[in-house]
Amino acid sequence: MVTRRSWIGWQFTGPFLAVFALVFLAPIGYSAYLSVFRTRLVGGTSFVGLENYTKALSDPQFWEALSRVTLFLAVQVPIMLGLALLVALAIDSGRLYGSGFFRVAIFLPYAVPAVVGCLMWGFLYSTRFGLVGNLNEAFGVTLPEPLSPDHILTSIGNIVTWEFIGYNMLILYSGLRVVDTALYEAAAIDGAGQFRIIRAIKLPALRGPLVVATIFSIVGSFQLFNEPQILDSLAPNSITTYFTPNVYAFQLSFLGQQINYSATIALIMGVATMIVAYVFQRRSLKGVA
Amino acid sequence: MTATPTIRAAARRPVRPVVPRPGRKQRKRSVTLTAVTGVMLIYTILPLAWLLISATKSQEDLLSTFGLWFSGDFALFDNIADTFTYQDGIFGRWLLNTLLYVLVGAGGATLLAALAGYGLAKFDFLGRRAVFAVVLGGIAVPPTALAVPTFLMFSKMGLTDTPWAIIIPSLVSPFGLYLMWTYATDAVPNEILESARVDGSGEFRSFFKLSLPLLAPGLVTVLLFNIVATWNNFFLPLIMLKDSELYPLTLGLYTWTRQANTVGGEVVFNLVITGSLLTIVPLAVAFLLLQRYWQSGLAAGSVKQ
Repeated sequence: MVTRRSWIGWQFTGPFLAVFALVFLAPIGYSAYLSVFRTRLVGGTSFVGLENYTKALSDPQFWEALSRVTLFLAVQVPIMLGLALLVALAIDSGRLYGSGFFRVAIFLPYAVPAVVGCLMWGFLYSTRFGLVGNLNEAFGVTLPEPLSPDHILTSIGNIVTWEFIGYNMLILYSGLRVVDTALYEAAAIDGAGQFRIIRAIKLPALRGPLVVATIFSIVGSFQLFNEPQILDSLAPNSITTYFTPNVYAFQLSFLGQQINYSATIALIMGVATMIVAYVFQRRSLKGVA
Repeated sequence: MTATPTIRAAARRPVRPVVPRPGRKQRKRSVTLTAVTGVMLIYTILPLAWLLISATKSQEDLLSTFGLWFSGDFALFDNIADTFTYQDGIFGRWLLNTLLYVLVGAGGATLLAALAGYGLAKFDFLGRRAVFAVVLGGIAVPPTALAVPTFLMFSKMGLTDTPWAIIIPSLVSPFGLYLMWTYATDAVPNEILESARVDGSGEFRSFFKLSLPLLAPGLVTVLLFNIVATWNNFFLPLIMLKDSELYPLTLGLYTWTRQANTVGGEVVFNLVITGSLLTIVPLAVAFLLLQRYWQSGLAAGSVKQ
């Protein structure tokens, strides 16, 4: 480590920091600025202090959006991470035929753009010419419509699970690869079975990776936008303009022309996401790190 | 801010590549376990198989035949030709736009992350710890949370509806910087840099001549994940761009789908499906060819404790 050449370190980090300031810090600051003003048709723009924030906290549409993503977080994330964990353990066990193929093929959806993922699933969901329609025809049944307002959130949960199961599997699998093999050998000599090894060695080793995967999932759930927005083009009646907080912020600034309020919502959600992720991390790593 | 301690604790361990360990190969394989895991494989592959099969069908067959098997005329090549000629060949334009955004955005992001990660790893300077804290905090800020605020700011600056509106936000990857910092710390020995200094080499010259080759595996990983992020970008172009001549592939496909909902809009699902397939193929190929790099890159950076 070179100490005296203090200016050279800044030369290396400077370009990154300049762009970082422009696209990370400045927009946050600008939203904070916008969030304390309001523009009315009559009277123009005026300083309103924290009025936009109190408005948001008593806005039923905002609360509905927030509770929807919270429900999504509580149900979809455990299912996705549970499945990812099972696959990671299966691949790591060394008892699969063609485990390398499994690893790559299950990861593949991560490389598929959300737009394409949603369109594929959207078509499959379609009762008109999708798989659901085919099944209805073939068996003469009427399956629940995945794109109807009642089922759309479940259908989105399935798409998100499909998109990210491989990514999470890889995070967990990489965590398993760094476990010292000597531990397994010692456990085998002691007569421990596979399940005992999983419980006593593998799961404790996965604590850190699971926390990382959960944090990414918390962020993803709270910031849900792409999937509902894209499905809206296939199921226009099922996605409301305040389906998730991000959809709401988007609609407010583009269709509602309420940019001050939109900036407020975006800021509240950004801060809320960071706080939840931070608290989760502090609690779950207590006594470990 | 969030993932920091986990990540920091991971930093200085040696990197073990993700390869099957010799000791494990002897273990007895299980047909049952393979079959059960195979269910998950079917789940991830099924939609992609549907896409591939559907891309070979004409618009009429798409609506009238069973989705998961080939039938009707084999129309793949007609579909590809139609995709590239529909609306005066705008799909080709979107493809070129995507390549431009990926080349400049993801390429630039990788270079900036490499310079900064290396700078943080190899030089001590006033404010280094502060820089580190701010950037690691940036990992926890989801890009979608920044999209609307960035749009509001860019529209004031007159940057919306220009390629810069897509490229500039793509240039920053805090996670990429973190990975490069990890790599640079381990992969570039200080002794090499010290002897280069004795020989009178400038720091930037040492970086490009000596350090960059040593950083190659880390660079490939960061580049690949930046490419995915840029290639798959949707929210940002959706709010930044009005002119369809500037669209990337994702936004273009989205507007083709929406056409079906507008009055008098032409339904072109066969083109949407073929276009989707063409959008996936380059990334899937890149991932398959470079898997050795990104798998060990992920193992090294994100998850070790």
